[in-house]
Amino acid sequence: MREVAIVGAAMTKFGELWDRSLRDIGLESGMLVLMDAGMETEDVEALFLGNMSAGRFIQQEHIGALIADHAGLADRGIPATRVEAGGATGSLALRQAYLTVASGAHDVVMVGGAEKMTDVSDRDAEETMSFAADQEWEVFFGATLASLYAMMARRHMHDHGTTPEQLAHVAVKNHAHGSGNPKAQCRNKLTVERVLGAGRVAEPLGVLDCSPISDGGAAVVLTTLERAKEITDEPVIIRGSAQASDTLALHDRWSITSQRATRLAVQGALSQAGKELADMDLMEVNDGFTIAEIIALEDLGLAEPGQGGRLAEEGVTALGGDMPVNTSGGLKARGNPPGATGIAQIVEIYDQLKGRAEGRQVADARVGLAHNVGGTGATVAVHILEVA
Amino acid sequence: MAGVRFWREFDTRYRMLATRCSQCGLVYFPPRTVCRKCRRRSVGKMEKVPLPPQGTVLSYTVVHQGLKGFDAQVPYVMAIIEFEGGVTVLGQVVDCDPEDVAIGMEVKPVFRRVREEGEAGVIHYGYKFAPPCFPVCVDESLASPE
Ligand SMILES: [Zn+2]
Repeated sequence: MREVAIVGAAMTKFGELWDRSLRDIGLESGMLVLMDAGMETEDVEALFLGNMSAGRFIQQEHIGALIADHAGLADRGIPATRVEAGGATGSLALRQAYLTVASGAHDVVMVGGAEKMTDVSDRDAEETMSFAADQEWEVFFGATLASLYAMMARRHMHDHGTTPEQLAHVAVKNHAHGSGNPKAQCRNKLTVERVLGAGRVAEPLGVLDCSPISDGGAAVVLTTLERAKEITDEPVIIRGSAQASDTLALHDRWSITSQRATRLAVQGALSQAGKELADMDLMEVNDGFTIAEIIALEDLGLAEPGQGGRLAEEGVTALGGDMPVNTSGGLKARGNPPGATGIAQIVEIYDQLKGRAEGRQVADARVGLAHNVGGTGATVAVHILEVA
Repeated sequence: MAGVRFWREFDTRYRMLATRCSQCGLVYFPPRTVCRKCRRRSVGKMEKVPLPPQGTVLSYTVVHQGLKGFDAQVPYVMAIIEFEGGVTVLGQVVDCDPEDVAIGMEVKPVFRRVREEGEAGVIHYGYKFAPPCFPVCVDESLASPE
């Protein structure tokens, strides 16, 4: 396997982009990333595109070809492949591109992620998000994605004494981070009181415990380390890339307060990278719901099982803390267009490692980790990036 | 959800039939045709068995923003129920005040209307769960489908 580096990373603003179509969002992401990489369309040999559910959101399938077409790649006939894995869609697209370059099949590959959620009503968008859970044995009976994470939260509180305030601290922290990110959807700051006082979605989770409905796109360009060194003195190398699966339905898991796929994926990525979690300078982790970040940090190994609630509360995971988590604002504040989220996490780590995360820069960041989850944990991908 | 897709699941949704791996004894609901542990060795060796008659609440939530087809039921309780032998099933908990639902509470399956499918669709029936003390849910036929 060849070593693979990222030589460009970019994203659109995330939010309710009423005046933009999926085509517009895909095109903008592609143009921005080529400019960032200092490359031309002609340099790109293949495209991987993460998109969760355009069939439901805009009644359009065949998204690989669509985006390749509108990015000006169709006339060159390059292979364009769509990847889907619920909320883990973006990072799986990245991993396919990584494997393609590592294997020697292609030298320069573009990976995009895009989703257009606001062409349907909020209720239809929520319903589509729930389809990443088990339609026959969860959704049929009335389970929303929020309700499944709420059951994880309830059990976590019961077993470990995690408090509603600790959940709220995750939202407060990530909104504070998002306020420094010009691309973030939610740049307003929150207080614990406001999060606790917000309308309930599925107890104990309220509206402000949940990530928003978002439009947006993100893209990166991958190439061999050898070629990257011709372009930049400081290439960002993908040191580890790992992916794991678990049962589709939450109730089929051996535990509902831990995501086994996260444990497997982080073990795989760290061992490939030859690193320990303590070597990370920052992490972007799944916080689609506040409880998700707490569970993720336990499974990644930053806290003992059951102790993850303390991290945001005590400032460990805030900018300036021992291990800044979700400096972009995370899914919660940056926004969560599922096809793009996994790529946007990579964009944030890349910007931090390049020292260009203005307004939220982690000092001397050299190594970062991205953790992306599909559904309630049936798919997890972990990537580790290091600036050379 | 189209009628045929729903009809395929009648044995599970109406009769709560599970499968048990005759190799290792693990019970699956919804039924699986291959055991997660024994895989190939379990092919053709999964037996149909009824779920135990009673389970306990492993976790739960009160849903205030529900899916389409559930508008008339909001707020409703979703729960994961754990049965003897470790089988876990997701469903609603009904016939009690949502405030009274708690982890560890005992419940029995009951047969109920689950959701409506809009103007042209059929009404879907299936199992929910209720406290065993509640008179309408004392329905042994559900727990013993044979
Ligand atoms: Zn078995």
